[in-house]
Amino acid sequence: MRGRIVALIALALLIVFPLEVKDAYYRHLMILVLMWMTIGTGWNVLAGYTGQVSFGAAAFFGVGAYTAGIISFKLGISAWWGMVLGGVACAIIAVPFGMITFPLRGAYFALGSLALGEIFRHIAIIWESLTEGMVGILIMQTFVSKLPYYYIALALAAASVLCVELVARSRLGYYFVSIREDQDAAASIGINTTRFKMISMTIHAVMTGLAGALYMNYMGFIDPEVVFSLHDISIMAILVGIVGGVGTIFGPLVGAFIMVAVQEVFRTAGFGTMKALSQFLGWNFLETLTKYIGMAHVLAFGVLVVVVIMVLPNGLVGDWKKLRRLFIRG
Amino acid sequence: MALLELQSVSKNFGGLRAVDEVSFQVEPGEIFGLIGPNGSGKTTIFNLINHFYPVSGGRVIFNGQDITGLKTHQICQRGIGRTFQVVKPLKRMSVIDNIIASAFLRHRSMGAARRAAEESMEFCALTHYAKQLARSLPIASRKRLEIARALATQPKLLLLDETAAGLNPSELDEAIELIKQIRESGITVIIVEHIMKVIMTISDRIHAINHGQTIAEGSPGEVARDPKVIEAYLGEETHAQSRGN
Repeated sequence: MRGRIVALIALALLIVFPLEVKDAYYRHLMILVLMWMTIGTGWNVLAGYTGQVSFGAAAFFGVGAYTAGIISFKLGISAWWGMVLGGVACAIIAVPFGMITFPLRGAYFALGSLALGEIFRHIAIIWESLTEGMVGILIMQTFVSKLPYYYIALALAAASVLCVELVARSRLGYYFVSIREDQDAAASIGINTTRFKMISMTIHAVMTGLAGALYMNYMGFIDPEVVFSLHDISIMAILVGIVGGVGTIFGPLVGAFIMVAVQEVFRTAGFGTMKALSQFLGWNFLETLTKYIGMAHVLAFGVLVVVVIMVLPNGLVGDWKKLRRLFIRG
Repeated sequence: MALLELQSVSKNFGGLRAVDEVSFQVEPGEIFGLIGPNGSGKTTIFNLINHFYPVSGGRVIFNGQDITGLKTHQICQRGIGRTFQVVKPLKRMSVIDNIIASAFLRHRSMGAARRAAEESMEFCALTHYAKQLARSLPIASRKRLEIARALATQPKLLLLDETAAGLNPSELDEAIELIKQIRESGITVIIVEHIMKVIMTISDRIHAINHGQTIAEGSPGEVARDPKVIEAYLGEETHAQSRGN
């Protein structure tokens, strides 16, 4: 009940946000946050609820984005159809991939999913007649304003969360969690573990693919290194999931906010404060150092994972009570 | 017609023949005991019946149908439930959720699954723990949870693997009572047990194995007197001495 009220308030705030904030930069950041909420929510279904840690979000994100890009660039169909076809394409990929990797357990599944992302990145680079290779795909954006993109991203995120909320309370959700807790016990109570892992994977794939298609429409440009990126998509999806808390509805939502902010701090070197500081003090090495830190953001992501797992193994949402105690006592 | 029939079932692990042409029939409504010293292949037989391992030879017939090649979940759907010797609770789920997850096998809606789970939970006297996480339960209750979860799948045949191990005397009596009640509710039971008090009091028939081979089958009294069984449990020398006396 309290969760529902919090969710409604959050939704209301998100609806009002772009009406109050006209600055294109903050609107842009919020669109990214909403996109990551969708990806994180999908990842959470497979990894958080079903216990199959996927390092392959980039495969589905890229396929969704490329589907939208290719139908627009090659066939002249509106890239918005990618929001349908991208999801379908991802579901089609998820099925054979699941059949190959689900006999694998634990770390081996994770490695298999990591390979999937890399395979698709190479396909996108090599198959130039379809994907334009490293040149990338450039399409005309539909809207000049960020407002429509914002609300489409919000609708997608809200639909994903609602979908997971319904799944978590149903037979499907019970089966996912049973598989996570003990695959042998799950099979012995009559759960077809392979089939339900497959369903879980398809949900992950479709949500990530839709986010990818949205990204194509919104950014207007993609290339293989961007949308099939191991660290900027696959690892980022994992971070969004675990920073917020795996296996919780709100975890990926909180995680998306934090991770987009963290990424942005690194990209802009503390929103330009480091640059200003180095000019102010006249210390040029500070600016050079900042540049290197910015380039090492993947390393920082790694450190962040370690810290989160050690301090808050259940994420911000999962360990909320622990956090609150800490602050009240302090 | 027998409810479950094993026809010369064998299992090799590499060069080790863990189960060697074991055959037996379990009649509907009986409690069938499976005994043998440590490592004699009892749990392996359970794992072959519900296809945790594929058999190396032989066939398993359930309810007149060959279930040898079926997957674990399909075997459960046909009506064979089981518990584990090393209990496998779904740790981060509450007791009631554990049982609901298995009740979903026979009930599609949440409401129906919950009602069935509550029934099974009450039958196993776990209602008190309903909202606790499964990992927080004491061992005796975890064993009951295993049974409750298996019962919620509405089995015709229930495989109980060392349900009484690690229980204190009063818990033991409760476990015996529970197993009797399960039989009275019309479910056929196969039990693997080390504790002789349990297996001798409640089994209708007992099948004894050693080194993966059948050594005796019959009523508890017959099996307890069988020289091969005494030898398997007490060792040859002791047996020779007792015969000498």
